[in-house]
Amino acid sequence: MTEFLNDWGITVLVFLPLVGALLMMFIPAKDEESHKLIALLTTVATALVGIALFSEFDFDRTADLQFDVNTSWISVVNANYHVAIDGMSLPLIALTLLVVPLVIIYSWNHIPDPGNAKMFLMLILVLHTGMLGSFVAQDIVLFFVFFEVVLLPMYFMIGVWGGPDRLYASIKFFLYTLFGSALMLVAFLALYWNTGSQTFDMQELASLVAERDIPLGTQVLIFGGMFLGFGIKVPMFPFHTWLPDAHTQAPTQGSVILAAVLLKLGTYGFVRIAIPILPEAAVEWAPWIGLLAVIGIIYGALGCLAQTDMKRLIAFSSVAHMGYVMLGIATLTPFGINAAIFGMVAHGLITGMLFFIAGSVKDRYHTLEIKRLGGLLVQAPKMGWILGFCTMASLGLPGLAGFWGEFPAILAAYNPADGVSTSLFRVYMVIAAIGTVFAAGYLLWLLQRTAFGTPSDEFADDPEITDMNMTEWIAWTPFLVLIVLFGFVPGIIFDITDGAVVESLKTLAR
Amino acid sequence: MSVFSSATSIFAAAASDESFQPSDWLFENVWIVPAIMLASFVYILLFGKTFPGKDRVHFVGLTAISAALAISLLTAFTWITQYEGEQGDHSAQTSAFVDPSIVTAVDADEEGDKAKDSSRGCLAESNVVGDLRASDDEYALGSLLLNDIGSAELAVDAGEDGKGAGHIKAKPVVRCLEWFSTGSFGGESATGDTLKFHIGTIADGQSIMMLVVVTFISFLVHLYSTEYVKGDRRYVHYYAFLSLFTASMLFMVLSSSTLQLIVGWELVGVCSFGLIGHWWEEKPNSDAALKAFLTNRVGDIGLLVGMIVLFFGAGQTFDIQTINYLAVHGGLSQTTMTVAALCLMTAVMSKSGQFILHTWLPDAMAGPTPVSALIHAATMVVAGVYMIGRLYPVFWFGMSIEGSPINALAFVGALTVVGGGALAFVQNDVKKVLAYSTVSQLGYMVLALGVGAYTAGMFHLFTHAFFKACLFLGAGALSHACHHSFDMKAEMGGLRKRMPVTFATFMIGTLALVGVFPFAGFWSKDEILVGTGGFPSTNANGNYTLLLIMGLIGAAMTAGYMTRVIWLVFFGEYRGHVDPHDPPPVMKYPLIILAGLSVVTGFLNFPADWFGGLGSRFGLKFEQWVEPPRGDTFPVITHGDSNFLLAVIASAVGVASAALVWTYYQKLYAKDPSATEVTEGLRSKNKLAAGGYALLENKYYLDDLYQGGIADPMKGPIARAAYWLNQNVIDEVVNTAGRTSAMLGRFVYRYIDQGAIDGSVNLSGTSASESGGLLRKVQTGRVRNYASLMFGAAALLAAVFILAI
Repeated sequence: MTEFLNDWGITVLVFLPLVGALLMMFIPAKDEESHKLIALLTTVATALVGIALFSEFDFDRTADLQFDVNTSWISVVNANYHVAIDGMSLPLIALTLLVVPLVIIYSWNHIPDPGNAKMFLMLILVLHTGMLGSFVAQDIVLFFVFFEVVLLPMYFMIGVWGGPDRLYASIKFFLYTLFGSALMLVAFLALYWNTGSQTFDMQELASLVAERDIPLGTQVLIFGGMFLGFGIKVPMFPFHTWLPDAHTQAPTQGSVILAAVLLKLGTYGFVRIAIPILPEAAVEWAPWIGLLAVIGIIYGALGCLAQTDMKRLIAFSSVAHMGYVMLGIATLTPFGINAAIFGMVAHGLITGMLFFIAGSVKDRYHTLEIKRLGGLLVQAPKMGWILGFCTMASLGLPGLAGFWGEFPAILAAYNPADGVSTSLFRVYMVIAAIGTVFAAGYLLWLLQRTAFGTPSDEFADDPEITDMNMTEWIAWTPFLVLIVLFGFVPGIIFDITDGAVVESLKTLAR
Repeated sequence: MSVFSSATSIFAAAASDESFQPSDWLFENVWIVPAIMLASFVYILLFGKTFPGKDRVHFVGLTAISAALAISLLTAFTWITQYEGEQGDHSAQTSAFVDPSIVTAVDADEEGDKAKDSSRGCLAESNVVGDLRASDDEYALGSLLLNDIGSAELAVDAGEDGKGAGHIKAKPVVRCLEWFSTGSFGGESATGDTLKFHIGTIADGQSIMMLVVVTFISFLVHLYSTEYVKGDRRYVHYYAFLSLFTASMLFMVLSSSTLQLIVGWELVGVCSFGLIGHWWEEKPNSDAALKAFLTNRVGDIGLLVGMIVLFFGAGQTFDIQTINYLAVHGGLSQTTMTVAALCLMTAVMSKSGQFILHTWLPDAMAGPTPVSALIHAATMVVAGVYMIGRLYPVFWFGMSIEGSPINALAFVGALTVVGGGALAFVQNDVKKVLAYSTVSQLGYMVLALGVGAYTAGMFHLFTHAFFKACLFLGAGALSHACHHSFDMKAEMGGLRKRMPVTFATFMIGTLALVGVFPFAGFWSKDEILVGTGGFPSTNANGNYTLLLIMGLIGAAMTAGYMTRVIWLVFFGEYRGHVDPHDPPPVMKYPLIILAGLSVVTGFLNFPADWFGGLGSRFGLKFEQWVEPPRGDTFPVITHGDSNFLLAVIASAVGVASAALVWTYYQKLYAKDPSATEVTEGLRSKNKLAAGGYALLENKYYLDDLYQGGIADPMKGPIARAAYWLNQNVIDEVVNTAGRTSAMLGRFVYRYIDQGAIDGSVNLSGTSASESGGLLRKVQTGRVRNYASLMFGAAALLAAVFILAI
C-alpha cells in the first residue's frame, strides 16, 4: 500500500476526477441523478485517496517533497512529470479535496439555470484535476499546463451558467488571466534559457539560479513576468477588475470554487515558484508587492462600501483579504509566509461560505440587492446566524480562522526580511491594521442591512423563503466546524506549513 | 539571546519586595472557570432550543455560573489564606538577613541559564520569574510548575515607603501550554529558529480579584435576568451570549500572553455587539451595536500595533511576564515602551470609554439592562483598565509616570472624569446618566493608573463593579415597574414610597458612587486623589496637582448629577401612568446583596493609619493581596500617605454640590410640583450658559464629527469615488485594451489577412476557426479577434522581454 501510494498516489489523486468525468460522458444527460452520484462518488474517492496520502505523509519532515514521482515527460525541452507533496502544498490540497465534494453536494438541488447537470458537474471534475495538479506539480511546465487547464472549465461555468452579464464577465476572466499566463510563460522560458536550458524542475532551477550568477536586472524582469501572471490570478490591485465581474456573474458553485481555490493558485505561485527560485529579485520586488497589497486592502474595502449587491460586495472583499495574504508574502519571512498560507486556507473557507450563503439567499429572494433584503434573521434565523458568524470570521475575529491569516501578516510586516525596507513595511503594517476597521465596517454594515431589521413588504409573506435545507447543512457544516477549529488550534496548519516554508526561504538566506 | 543578557538584575536587587511563591492546585487550574462557562455556552447553543421548556434554559447558565463563582471564591480564599499564612511565618523569623553578594551570585547563575535556553515565551518567562527547576519530561508535558523558587529572589529592601515593610508579596502562578509554533523571522534574532506561542493562565492577586468580580456580578445578573428578560423573544440567545461573554472575559483576564489577551479582548467585544443588538429588529439597536464594535475596532488598531511593538521589543515573545520583567530590568528601550504605551492607550480609550472614544458606551445602553450592568459597567469596560494593570511596567516606564507632573494616560483619565461627568447632567434617561457616570468613573481608574496609584485604580475597579452594578440593576427595577421606560422626567418621580427596597438600594449605590464616608466609593476615590500626589505631603509617585483638581471637580459633578437623579426618580410627584412597585424576589435580592457590598467593600483597603490599631492590623488588605511584589515583574511604585484633610475636602466638595442641586430642586418643587427642570430662563438670559448647554446636549458634537466627518464620507463619497475610479479608470483600461485589440484584429483580418496573405495561411485559419467554433457557442465572433489580439499583444510584450533579457 505504502509503495503504491509512493509511486502512484499523487497521480491517482490528480487524475481520478478526470476519469469520473470521462465516465459521465457515456451516460445520457437526462439521467441527472446518476451524474450527481458519479460526480459525488468520484470526488469522495479522490478525497479518500487524499486522506490515504496524508496518513502516509511524514509530518515530521514537512520540508521534504514526499510521494515524489519524477519521470521524463517532454524530453525535448527537459520537462518532467514531477509531482510531490510537501507541507506548503498539503493544506491547499486538503482544502481543494474538501471544497469540491461539498460543492457537488450543494449542487444536488441547486443546479443553476439553464440546467444540464451533466456538463456542469463534468466541468467541476475537470476543474478539480486542474487545481490538484497545480498544487502537486514540481516542474514549471507541468504547473503551467495545470494552471491553464483550470481556466477553461471556469470560463464555461461563468459563460453558460452565469448571470445576465455572463458573456462579458467570462470573456474578461478568460482573457485577462490568459494574458497574465502568457507573460508568465515567457518568464518561465526566459528562466529556462538563462539557466542553460537544462531543466524546468523548480528545485533544480532554484539552485541553478544561485549558481549561474544571473544579473539582478534579468532576475527582476523574470520575476516581473511571473508577478503579472500570478498577480492577476490573486488578484492584486490594480489587476483585480475581472474578479468582481466574474464572481457576480458566476453560479454559486463557480464563485465558491473561484474564491476558495482558484485565487490561491496565484498566491501559491508566489510562494512555490517565484520567491524560492528568484529570491534576490523577490527582495527587489517586495516593497512594490507590499505597496499593492496594502492599497488593495484599503481600496478593496472602499469598493465594498460602495456596493449595492451582496455578491459583488463579497467579491470585492476578496481583493482586501488577498491583500493581507500578499502582505504576508511580501515580508519574505517564514512567519509572514506561514501567515499567508494560513490566510489562503482561511479565506477559502470563509469567503467560500459567504458565497454559499449569497447563493442560497439568491435562491430564496431572487435578488441580491442589499436595499431590498433585510430581516434574514426573521425569515431564516439559522441562515442569518450563519451569515453573522461568517461575517465575524471574515472580519478577522480572534478565535476564528480569519484572524490567523490577518494578524500574523500584520505582525510580520513589522520586521520584514533582510534587505527589505523596515520603515516602509512598518508604514504598511499600520495601514493594514487600519484596514481591519474597514473590514469590520463593510461586513457589519452588510450584516445589518441584510440580516437585521424586519423583512420588507415585498418578501414578508413569501412562502419560498425558508430556513436551511438538508443539502445546505451537509455542505456547510464542515466549513463552519473548520473555521472554529482553525481559529482555536492554529497549530494544525502552522505545524504543517512551517518546515516547508522555512526550507523554501533557504535560498533567500544565502 | 542578546535581549536577555542585557537585562541585568542590578536594579532588581536594589529595591524589590520580599516575595513567596504561592502554590495550590487551584492556581494552576483556574482555566476550569472559563471552561465551565464555555461548556455552558456550547450546551445552550446546541440544545438550548430543545431544552425541556426553553424558557427554563437559564438553569444551564445558572448552574454553570454558580460553579464558576464557587471555584473563583475558593481560589480567592486559598490565595488569601496562603498570603496570611506566609505573613505569620514571616513574622516568626523576622528579617532573615540575606547577603547581597549571594543574591548577585544567584542572579548571575540565572543569567547563565537564560543564555543556554533558546526557547521563548513561557519557558523563558519562568526563567525570568524564578529559577526553573522543571525536568525535561515536565517540559515536554508543558506543565511548568513554578515551585520552590523564592529563596534566590528574597529581597533586600522591602518597600522604601515603609508601609509595604513587613509584608512579603505573593508571586504570580503561571501555567502555560504550547499553543502553536512557527518559523521565526529572519535577521539577527533567529535563523531557522522556531517561535513558540503559548496559551496559559496567570493566577495572581489582580486576576483572582477580577475572577471574583466577573463571576460574582455575572451570577447576580444571571439570576436577575430570569425575571427581567422573562418571555423575551430570544431568551435562549440571551443566555447563550451571557455564558459566552463570561467565558471570554475570564479567558482574557487569565491570559498569560498578550496574544491570548487580544483574543479574549475581541471575543468580549463580539459578545457586547451581540447583546447591544439583542433586539436587532429595531434599527437604533443595531446601529448602537455597530457603533460599539467599530469604535472598539478603531482602538484595536492601537492594541494590535502596541502588542506587535512589544512582541519585537521583548525579543519576539507575547509572554506577559517576560515583557514585564524586561520592562522593569531595562530590557526594553524607552522608545519601545513609550510607543507601545501610547498605542495601547488608544485601545484603552475605546474599550474603557475614555475621551474621545467613549461615544459608543452610552449608546450601548440599547441592550437589555442586566447586560448593561454586567458588560457595560462592571466587567467588559474595565478590560482596558485591567490591561494597563497587566502590563503596568510598560506604562510606568513608557509614560514616565514617576516624578512627573503630567502624562498622557493620566490626563486622558482626568479629562474623562470631568467630560463624562458633565454629560451626565443633561440626560433624561436614567440609564444614560449611569452610562456617563461609568465613563467618568472609568476615567478615575485610568487616572489612578496614570499617576502610579496602581492599587487605588484596581481597588476602584473592584468597588465600582459592585455599586455600579447595584445602580444599573436598580435602574432595571425602575424600568420594570415603570412601563419599560427609563425616562426620569416622563415616567418617574416620587417613587420613594412606592418602591422602598429599590429606593434604599439605589440610595446606597448612589452614596457609594458619590463617595460618602463610609461607603465603598469613598475609600477608593480617596486613594486615587491621594495617589495623584498633588496634595501636600502625600508623598506619592508624582506631583499631579492639576489632575487632583480635576479629580475633585469630578467628585463634585458626581454628587451633583446623582442628586439630580435621586430627586427626579424618587422625590417630587409621580409623573407616570402605571402603578409601580418593588420587583419580585429574584430581582430584589441581587439589589440587596450589591447594596450590602457597596457598604462594606471599601473597608478592604482602608488606610493603615486610620482607626488606630485596627488600621495597622486590617488596613490595606486589598493592596497586600492584589499588588504584585515590586522590583521583579512590577515597577517599584510608591504608595501615597493618606491625608485626612484631603478626605475632608473631597467630601465637602461633594456635599456642597449635592446640596446646591438639592436646593434647586426644592425651590422648583415649591413653585410647581410637576416641574422637572427649568433652565430655559437661565439659558435665554445667559449666552454662555446656552452655549454650554447646547454643547453638552450635543455631546460635544463628537458623534456628529465621527458620523458626519468620518463614517458618512467613507460610506458615501469616498467609497463611491473609489468605485468610480475602479469602474471608469482601472477597468476602463482593461476594456479599452480589449476593444482596441478587437479593432486591430478586424483591421488585420480585413486588410492584411484577407487582402495580402490570403491563402498562404489557410492552415492556421482553419485551426483558428475551429477553436473559435468551440467558443462561439458562448460568444459569437468577438472572441476570436479578442483572443488572437490578446495573444498578439502578449507575444509582442514577450518579444520585448526576450530582447531585454
